[in-house]
Amino acid sequence: MTVAAHKVVTRAQVEDFLYHEAALLDEWKLDAWETLLTDDATYYVPPNDKLDGDHRSTLFIIADDRERIRQRIIRINDPNCHAEYPKSRTRRMISNVRIVSIEGDLVTVTANFVCYRFRRNERIREYVGGYRHILKIAGDSFRIQERRVFIDAHELGSLGSVSFIL
Amino acid sequence: MSASYIIDDRDKKTFLLDREVLVSEEILRKEMSNIFSRCWIYVGHASELKKSGDFVSRKVAGRPVIFVRDAKDVYHCLFNTCRHRGAIVCTQREGNARRFMCIYHGWTYANDGSLARVPGDDAYAEKFDPKEFGLRRPARFEEYRGFWFMNLDKDAPALSDYLAGAKDYIDLVIDQSPSGRMEIIAGVQEYDVAANWKLMVENSVDDYHLPSTHSTWLNFMANSGVKLEPPPKDSGQVLPTKGLAVELGNGHFTTDNINFRGRPVCKWIPLYGEAAKPEMDAIRAELVQRLGPERAARVADTNRNLVIFPNLVINDGSSVTVRTFYPEGANKMHVTAWALGPVEESESARARRLDAFLTFYGPGGFATPDDVEALELVQQGLANWQDDRWSEMSRGMGKEGEQLNSDEHHLRIFWRRWNELMGARA
Repeated sequence: MTVAAHKVVTRAQVEDFLYHEAALLDEWKLDAWETLLTDDATYYVPPNDKLDGDHRSTLFIIADDRERIRQRIIRINDPNCHAEYPKSRTRRMISNVRIVSIEGDLVTVTANFVCYRFRRNERIREYVGGYRHILKIAGDSFRIQERRVFIDAHELGSLGSVSFIL
Repeated sequence: MSASYIIDDRDKKTFLLDREVLVSEEILRKEMSNIFSRCWIYVGHASELKKSGDFVSRKVAGRPVIFVRDAKDVYHCLFNTCRHRGAIVCTQREGNARRFMCIYHGWTYANDGSLARVPGDDAYAEKFDPKEFGLRRPARFEEYRGFWFMNLDKDAPALSDYLAGAKDYIDLVIDQSPSGRMEIIAGVQEYDVAANWKLMVENSVDDYHLPSTHSTWLNFMANSGVKLEPPPKDSGQVLPTKGLAVELGNGHFTTDNINFRGRPVCKWIPLYGEAAKPEMDAIRAELVQRLGPERAARVADTNRNLVIFPNLVINDGSSVTVRTFYPEGANKMHVTAWALGPVEESESARARRLDAFLTFYGPGGFATPDDVEALELVQQGLANWQDDRWSEMSRGMGKEGEQLNSDEHHLRIFWRRWNELMGARA
């Protein structure tokens, strides 16, 4: 990573983008969130016991291509998505944002997150982990080309399902 | 002999289940002795231990165990508990080891469970014989076609006899593989469900719930180009194709359904993409060549959700999943699920299998989270059990002959067997 590249993309810009993304997800504005994605975006949640696995040879929790993300949004927005109706309340805290590399117009960034999830009559769930996004520079902002979510817990256990966009 | 937990009136064609069995800690304690200490309980699959010294450590029926392949390639199931003072001796989740050393005082066991070293053994009396202090193990440990089970009861019937008719349905799954070898694929899904474990038994084979619980999945299938014909009028079906519930003996049972949802081996649906067609045609041709057209169609064109009493489920549906679950209290279970595939599967076919898995199964799938929600809503509702005591489970009882996957015949098989083992009146 060169100093010049750092001048092109600042951590503050990346933070603004990640905070914006988090707000859209927490507010369940999934259609607006979808506009942040590139046409070939992917979304991965690897299994807790193989965080560095490849989804083509390892059973993931989520391994969505762009079309599957679209279908996931249709599903979650449907009141018949019982796991998310009524919707969870979520609140994510994002920190430790780092720019890992810049290659051409692609910026790889990592961040820590805590996502608290609340539902009526249910236990509080705390999803703790890291994001690794590949962002594509788009004018003054970014689009998400790849979104990878690493959950630190050794197993999902009491976190139960990942029925929302983590 | 306790009072019966079920009311099974074949004349009046009613079947009721006492909801206390889904909430009572006392009944759970009795299940520990009458069910989990007497039935064959799934430990793991041979493919998880690929070479000598490979091991995994996990909890089976609440017991921490080491499932290990020793230096002579013999498979063992060892209680993961030091004979000295009781500590866990294998702290790694998986790996390869010649020995397991207790970190507390250094007692060290070979990977066949024998005690190999006791630090400072000169302080023990002459009578002390290390041979008597190998890791303890379940009374019985047997396998059927790579599926290893343990039994805490030394007088239990042989696994092969216990499995009874379930063996034919395991064989059907394994016939996907040209060499007859299936393997557990890397990546395990482990999650809790705040519901009684027996609700997962029911849910795994209950096709009655699909249209209501999984309408978003059916919608996704339709969006992906899968044609969903309405069930024929007056057929009793709730799904586009016919499916049966089949009793397999000793409390085991399965659904046996004509496929409409696609199968990696081997029924193409638009979801897989045009590019998958040539390879899937070749997979189908291999099946026909090896098994003949009839058996090939049986393997490729039917889905089967199989329950091996009490807590192993093998779903051969959108993909193959091996799933086991164990109570952690009357109101909670822990679920462990794996994907299973032929060992010789190509990289592209394996990727298709895993993608198909995620269309339905697992904590991020398009169906399982709604199953979890349904079971948790049942458990929450059961707080009223004392004032609304009985669950109605008579669906299909009025019919002669074959029972559908959407009837409750197979659930009744489970509950009758459970009731019997719990020492209750029939």
